[in-house]
This record gives sequence, structure tokens and C-alpha cells, in this order.
Amino acid sequence: MTGGQHLTARISDAFWRHPRLLLAVLLTPPLIWLGVIYIGSLLALLVQSFFSIDEFSGLINYQFTLKTYAELLRPSNFDIILRTTLMAASVTIVAAVIAFPIAYYAARYAKGRMKAFFYLGVMLPLWSSYLVKVYAWKLILAKEGILNWAVDGVGASAALNAVLALPVIGGSSLSVSYIGTFLVFLYVWLPFMILPMQAALERVPVNLLEASGDLGGRPSQTLRHVILPLALPGIIAGSIFTFSLTLGDYIIPQIVGSSRRFIGQAVYAHQGTAGNIPLAAAFAVVPIVIMAIYLWVAKRKGAFDAL
Amino acid sequence: MTVAVEFDHVSRHFGAVRAVDDVSIAIEEGGFFAMLGPSGSGKTTCLRLISGFERPTAGHVRIFGENSENVPPNRRPVNTVFQDYALFPHLSVRDNVAYGLMVKGTDRRRRQAAAEDMLALVKLDGYGARKPAELSGGQRQRVALARALVNKPRVLLLDEPLGALDLKLREAMQEELKSLQRALGITFIFVTHDQGEALSMADRVAVFSQGAIVQVGSPQDIYERPHTRFVADFVGSANVLSPELAARAGGPRHWSSLRPEAIALAKPEAARLTGTVTGTRYLGAVNRVTVAVGGDMLTIALPAVQTVPADGAEIGLTWPDGALHTMEAE
Repeated sequence: MTGGQHLTARISDAFWRHPRLLLAVLLTPPLIWLGVIYIGSLLALLVQSFFSIDEFSGLINYQFTLKTYAELLRPSNFDIILRTTLMAASVTIVAAVIAFPIAYYAARYAKGRMKAFFYLGVMLPLWSSYLVKVYAWKLILAKEGILNWAVDGVGASAALNAVLALPVIGGSSLSVSYIGTFLVFLYVWLPFMILPMQAALERVPVNLLEASGDLGGRPSQTLRHVILPLALPGIIAGSIFTFSLTLGDYIIPQIVGSSRRFIGQAVYAHQGTAGNIPLAAAFAVVPIVIMAIYLWVAKRKGAFDAL
Repeated sequence: MTVAVEFDHVSRHFGAVRAVDDVSIAIEEGGFFAMLGPSGSGKTTCLRLISGFERPTAGHVRIFGENSENVPPNRRPVNTVFQDYALFPHLSVRDNVAYGLMVKGTDRRRRQAAAEDMLALVKLDGYGARKPAELSGGQRQRVALARALVNKPRVLLLDEPLGALDLKLREAMQEELKSLQRALGITFIFVTHDQGEALSMADRVAVFSQGAIVQVGSPQDIYERPHTRFVADFVGSANVLSPELAARAGGPRHWSSLRPEAIALAKPEAARLTGTVTGTRYLGAVNRVTVAVGGDMLTIALPAVQTVPADGAEIGLTWPDGALHTMEAE
């Protein structure tokens, strides 16, 4: 049986006898990529954050210290963290609220052409450049922009001005206020909430909804006790996207919004012009820690029990 | 007798498909009613019309005399045991059973106690803390039953509840469902495509074909006196005799049915019909022998203790008076 076989046949026989060999061959390159390049650089970053900078010479002091992390707690730096986290949380919550009905409709009712239209509608914005979209929003939200013009047209400028007059989140126009930053974040990351949510809702069997109704559950009770718990892993997955993407973004708040910094901008500034690599690294660790805490709490609360 | 569920000229059409077509029937309270038919005959749609997951295209479904068209499923006095059980995978067995009480607002202590009582009724005491995924098919079936019964429904709907169980378990559950129905005294409406199940469990059987009821009656009625060729064939594979063959066999010139087990071997001179043996199938308790009578084929069931005539043998057939049943329709 063994003599005179082709090399390819011998190789495939060897794989058949040693199934793990094939797995090893297939997984080694991506694992090297992930392990060395990705995890490795992450660790390097983590190490950097434990160094400090000498304030007089501007040189990095390669001694392990928590001094840089203490810097994060200075009011000016801590404000950046707080601002970014609040923004990420609001974007995530509002995105979840907006995405749910869309995802539910797509999962439960859309068929054939409507489903194709749904996917196209959700994905199409992702096909165009992120920068183009953000600049487009800057124009839309500007004082002379189409949104202001439309609000004027329906005679609601008083309402808009009242919103813009709000402290902190207001501003002289939407494009230079936190509301504007929020709207752009919401728009740009919404598909990342809708798609995992829709996938999760699609996996909730219809007969469970019928069973809930049959047992006396009103639609709102079915939503609360059956649909939400079963779709929760998908909602969490979507929220991981919107939350972490907002935490790390440095372009949107730079183009649309007040001039106050977000974490991404702080990292950009400290590793670039300021040359303070340790502080940049410490800032970069913040989103990682926040996400880790978020996932830990979600797991503790049983968000992944339905998986 | 009170009528539990009444169909008054009910139709349910899906586009051009007439899933249920002008069905009228009255199901009495306290009975065990079976809807029997092949898949696609409309029996499950009828069940869903009672539970409220489908609404009639025409006609009225009345539950205890009340028109139900505008009553949503959650406000109907009926509960369902679903075909694949539809247990909530994220809830424990106890919380599954207590679900109906939870949505009604019963406090936690009381509903958990009621759930435990129901689990005891279906012989699953001690399983409350498990998740449905940790149970066998038969156990899930019992949980589904307990979950439906905890609401004390006036009508229990069962959609092919035994379909996924193996033969031994199925037979045991048939007995149990039957005795449970007697003990609780509530109306059971049962959908099945298994004629043996329908005959052994139900007091009354409705046979469905192509969206319509072709016959309603006691199991004996359905089995011994089928109205149509479809019923004769579907319920227990009776021999269907053409009018010509029925006349030769000594009956009226009309479509007739003759049960395989009613036929016995006879000497040619005493036989009502004669034919040639073309094959034998051994089924354990009986041998099913096919006999060619002229151009027609008849099946006879001979007890396995009896010697079977060889293929090609000429044999005479006879049966007791009255066994040849003349059908009302084609």
C-alpha cells in the first residue's frame, strides 16, 4: 500500500494519521503573528507604561515605577479619562437602543429582498472612507450646515439653541459641541452594534417566543424574560465594539467637537510632539483596563450564560 | 356537556394554500380529542388557531363559547405542549415550570412551590435546579407538560408531543398522558400523525386530509367504519375494495373496506374470495400476506403461530359477517 505513492497522497495520509499535525501547520503562522507581533507589542506597551520621564532632560528613565500612572490621576489627565469613558458609555447605550428595533426587525421579519436591503443599508456606510464621513458630518453639523438650515426651515431653531445653550455638552454650534461628537460617534459605530445584535436575535428560536405568549407572557414580558437574556451575548458583543472603538478613537473628537481631548488624542499627543512615551503608554492601558472590567462584570452578571 | 372548543366554518389560507378549509367541529369539555392526519393536512394549523398563533381567514374559533379572534395567545385559557418542547434554555427546570406564574405576578415562594408540585406530578422531583440541556428527551417532554399544566389551563394542546421519543418511552408516555388526563379532568387536544397513538389515547378522533376533516368519531368508528378510502387506508392500512370487487365478495356494489386481521384462510368451497399468494412479510406477532385476487391486491394478517401458505399457493379467503364495511363516500 505504501510503495510508489505520490508525495501529495503521502502527505494527506500523514495528516490523516496525525490530525493534530494539520491543525499545527494551519495555526502556527497566525499564532506567531498574534503571539509575537500583537501580544508582544502589547506587552512592550505595558512595560513602557511603568517607566517614567525625566522632567528636566525629557529622557526616559528605565526604572520601574508607578509614577506615570499617578500622573493619570492629575485632574487634567483624569478629566480626559472620565470624558472619554462617559462618551463611550453614552454612545454604547444609545446605539443599543437604536440598534435593537432595527436588528429585531431584520432578524424576525425581513425576508429575501428586504433582508438584502437591510444588509446593504447597514454595511454601505462602511464602504466609504471613515475620514470622508467624519468631514461630511462636520459640514452637516456646522452653523451654516444643512441640519441648521433644516431645523430653521421647520421653525425649531429655538429648541436647537436651547440644547446648544446647555452647559458642558452645548457649544456655539453642533459641530463644536460634545453633542456633535456624540452624533458622529453614534453614526460611525452603529453598524458594529446592529450586526452582532441581529445575529444574536436570529438565533432566538421563534417557538420560545410563542411558548412565552402561550404561558401568559405579554409581549413586553417576553422581551424582558426571553428575548433579552438570549440576545444578551450579541448585545454585549456589539457594545464591546462601540465602547472600545469610542474609547480609542482620536480622529472624530479632533474634527468634530470642542477642543477638549479624548484618550486617543492624549496618546497621540504624548507619543508624538511631547515625546512622553511612558504617559502615552499609560493612557493606552486605560481602555484595556476599562474593557477588562466591563467584560468581567458582564460575565459575573451572567451575560454569557445563554451562550 | 359543555363545548370547550368550537370551529365554526373556519378557514386559514396562506396565499393560495388552503391549510385549513371550512372546518366545523365541536370539541367537548373533559375529553381526550385527537387530530389525526398526514403532515400538511391542517391539523397543526387547527391547533395554532386554538392557541392563537394563527388567526382564521374566515369563520370563528370559539373557546368556551367566546369568539377568540381578538384575544391574543397570552389571554386564552389554553396552554400548549410544543412539538420540540420549546423550553427556555437560559432558565432552570424549576423556572421554566414557574414561568406562567411568574408572568402573572405570583410571588417567588408560591410559584416555586407550585413548580415543585408540578414536577412531582410528572415524576421529576429533584430535577428543578437543572438546565433543560441536562435532561433527556423524555424528561424535557415532562417539563414541557408540567410547564403547561402549572397554569391550570381549561384546555391543554399537545402538538405531536411524543414524536421525538423512542418507541418504548412513547408507549409509556401514552399511558401516562391518558391517566393524567383522567386525573385532571381537563380537555386534551392532541395532534398526531401516528394512527396507533390516536386510537389508543383519544376518546374522539378527527381525521384530517388536505385542510378538511374527513371523519370524526370514536376510535372504533374510525377504525372499523371508515367513511372514505383515505380514512380506511391512513388509519391502519385497511384493504380498500373497488365496487366491482366488493360485489364479487358478496357486498353491495360500492367502495368498501376490509381489515387485514378480519380475514382468515378458508377451503376454496367455503371461501368468499379466492386468490394467489404473492408475498409474505414477517412482523413478529403477525405475518402480513399479500394475495392477488383477480387484478386487485388484498393484505391479510395471519397470527404468526399459524402456518403461512407458500408464495404462488391458491388460497380461499373468508371473514365474519359484517366485516366488509361499505363506505359512505369515495
